[in-house]
Amino acid sequence: MRIALFIACYNDALFPDTGKAVTAVLERLGHTVEFPMEQTCCGQMHYNTGYRREADSLVGAFNHAFRGYDAIVTPSGSCGGHVRHHHKTETAPDVYEFSEFLVDVLKVTDVGAYYPHRVTYHPTCHSLRMLRVGDKPLQLLRAVEGIELVELPEAESCCGFGGTFAMKNSETSVAMLQDKMGNVRKTGAQTLCASDNSCLMHIGGGLGRIDSGVRTLHLAEILAATR
Amino acid sequence: MSGEQVNVVWLGSPTFPKAAHEALQDTQLRGNLKHATTTIRDKRLRAVAELDDWETLRLAGSQIKDRVMRHLDEYLLQLEASVTAAGGVVHWAEDAREANRIVAELVRAKGATEVVKIKSMATQEIGLNEALDEEGIEATETDLAELIVQLNDDRPSHILVPAIHRNRTEIRDIFRREMGKHGVPAPQDLTDEPRVLAEAARVHLREKFLRATVAISGANFACADTGTVGVVESEGNGRMCLTLPETLITVMGLEKVLPSFSDLEVFLQLLPRSSTAERMNPYTSLWTGVTPGDGPQEFHLILLDNGRTKTLADTEGRSALHCIRCSACLNVCPVYERTGGRSYGSVYPGPIGAVLTPQLVGVGTSEHADSLPFASTLCGACYDACPVRIDIPEMLVHLRAKVVDSHRGGVPKPEALAMKGAQVVFGSPRRLAMAERLGAVGGRIIGIGGGRWLPGPAKKWTGARDVPVPAKESFRTWWRKAGRG
Repeated sequence: MRIALFIACYNDALFPDTGKAVTAVLERLGHTVEFPMEQTCCGQMHYNTGYRREADSLVGAFNHAFRGYDAIVTPSGSCGGHVRHHHKTETAPDVYEFSEFLVDVLKVTDVGAYYPHRVTYHPTCHSLRMLRVGDKPLQLLRAVEGIELVELPEAESCCGFGGTFAMKNSETSVAMLQDKMGNVRKTGAQTLCASDNSCLMHIGGGLGRIDSGVRTLHLAEILAATR
Repeated sequence: MSGEQVNVVWLGSPTFPKAAHEALQDTQLRGNLKHATTTIRDKRLRAVAELDDWETLRLAGSQIKDRVMRHLDEYLLQLEASVTAAGGVVHWAEDAREANRIVAELVRAKGATEVVKIKSMATQEIGLNEALDEEGIEATETDLAELIVQLNDDRPSHILVPAIHRNRTEIRDIFRREMGKHGVPAPQDLTDEPRVLAEAARVHLREKFLRATVAISGANFACADTGTVGVVESEGNGRMCLTLPETLITVMGLEKVLPSFSDLEVFLQLLPRSSTAERMNPYTSLWTGVTPGDGPQEFHLILLDNGRTKTLADTEGRSALHCIRCSACLNVCPVYERTGGRSYGSVYPGPIGAVLTPQLVGVGTSEHADSLPFASTLCGACYDACPVRIDIPEMLVHLRAKVVDSHRGGVPKPEALAMKGAQVVFGSPRRLAMAERLGAVGGRIIGIGGGRWLPGPAKKWTGARDVPVPAKESFRTWWRKAGRG
C-alpha cells in the first residue's frame, strides 16, 4: 500500500512534530510513508471563510500532488473532512484522518505506545460530526501503556476555535474557550489530547495564557511515544 | 423597543460581533441561557433516543420538504382550492406591508379594536403587532412567554421560548409592574413560583379570551390536499384562540404547505421531540375551513411570501425554508448559548436565523445581515439536531461565499488581500517553503516576547491566547534534510 502523508499547511509550519509522529507510528507498524513535496494546502480556510474561488483553485494542485497513492493519511480532522466532503473529485485517493486509518484500514488499536501521564481527550467537531470518527481516537488511547485516561466533561462541545471565527468573533470564541478550559482543568489532566492541532492551538494558547500547566498534544505524538 | 422592528430584522441592529460583545458582559443572561439550553438539550436527546426510526423520520421529513420546494407553486394553488372549498378565504401577501394591511382591514371590517394572538413566528417576522397598534388595534399575545416579552416591551430571544433570557424573579417583577396597564393586574402578593406566575397569566388572559371576537394565528402546517391547517402548542391558549372568537385570521409563510394530510404523521413526531422534547404536543389543533356552529365562523388564510420565493430561487440556500421552527439548533448551538438570541438582531435567532435572515432580507443589503453567516464555528451540532436535516454548516459557508462575492470588484479589504496572498503562497510548494522560512524568522522574533502579545489585528488572538510560534524547521524541510524525499 502506497501511503501518502498530507500534513496540512499549519502543521507543516507550526507543528512539524505531529508529522514526524505520524510517520514514526506508521513506520513502527511496518509501513512506508511518503511525503509528496508538491502538497501545499487543501483550501479549507478559504472555503470556510467564503473565498470559494480561491479554495477551488487549490483542488487541482492537491489532486496532482497525491495522484497514484492508495491512501492519504492526515493528522487533521478538519482538513481531512474538507477534502472528503468538498473536493468532490472521484479520481483522488481516499483521505483518512490518522485515527480512522489506524483503526479502520490497518485494523490496529494497540500501536505499542507508552505515555505514563494523566490525559483527557477533546473530540474536535470536524472529527466528530464531519468525519464521524466516533471513539476511534479513544480506542487508540486506551491501548497506550501507562496512560491514565480521564473523561472530559461536556467533551463534545465546540472549543470555540472555528478557523477565522476565532478572529472575526473573538469574544464569543474566547467565551467558549473559557468553558472548555474550565472543563479541562476539572479533569486534573496533565495533557489535553486531540486529533487536530488547530483546535489545540486555540485551547493550548488559552491554557498557556493562564499558566495552567496543562500541556496540549496531538494524538499522534502520544501514540508515537515509547519507553 | 419592539416598535423598531420592520420586516424580519430589528432596525439598526449592530453586526453580530458587536451585539455579542454586549451580551457576553451580561453574566445573568449567560447563566440563564446555560441552564436553559443544557436542560432542554439533554431532554431532547432522551426523547429522540426513544424512537428506533428517528433517522428514517428525519430523512422522510427532509424528502417531503424537498418535494414541497420543487413543486411549491402547485401545492399552494391546491391548498387555496381546498381551503376555499371548505369555506375559508385565502389571501396572498407579497411582503410584510401587504400582509399587515390585509390583517388590519379584516379586523376593522369586524369592528374589533382588540385581538388575541397565538404565538407565531410569521406575524413576528412582519411586525404585525406594531402595525396593528398604528391602526388602533391592540393585539395581545396569549402564549405565556410571548406575553412576558410583550408586557416588558422586550425582544424575543428564542423561537420556542422567547423569554428564555428571563428568569422567574424577573418575570414576577414584569407581571407586577405591567399587567395592570393592559387588563387584570397581577395580585400584590405575587411570588416567583412557576405555578403562581402561570395562574396570574391565566387570570389576566382569561378576560381577553372571553371578550375577543377576532383571533390571529400562525400555522405549523397546512395540507394541500384537504385544506387542513394545524397549530401545535403546549399551553392551551392557542386552543382558546382557535375556538372562542368568531373570526380567525391565520398568517402562514408559504413554505409551510405540506402535500398531504398523511404527511402530518412524520412532522407530528419530528416537531415535539425536537422542540419541547415531548412525545407529542399537549395541544394539537387542526381545522379545515369553517364548520357551521362550531368554532370560528369566518376563517382567513394569508399566504406570506416576504422573501421566500427569492430564497427558493437559490438551490443551495433554499433548504433553509425546510425549517419547522422547532429551535433544536438554537438549543445545541455553542454560540447561541453564550450570546443569546437577541445578538442575532432578528426574529429568527441561532443557527437557523444565521442562514434564514440574510436570505429573507437579501445578502449584501446590510453589514448586520452579512455578519450572521459568520456567527458560527461550523461545529455541526445544529445539523445533527435538525429534525429535517438542514445542513446548516454547509449553508453557512455558501452564504459566506455570497457575502464575499458581493464585495468583489471594489477596493479589497485586508482580509480579502490576506486570502489572496495565502492563495498565491499555497499555489506553489516553492513559494510555501519560502514563506515558511520567513515565518520561522518571524517566529523567533515573536518568541522573544514569549508568544504572548502581538499588535494590530492579531490582538484579537493574543487578547486571551498565546500565539503559536512557527517551528525553527518546517516539516517539509525536516523531511528533505533527513534525506527522505
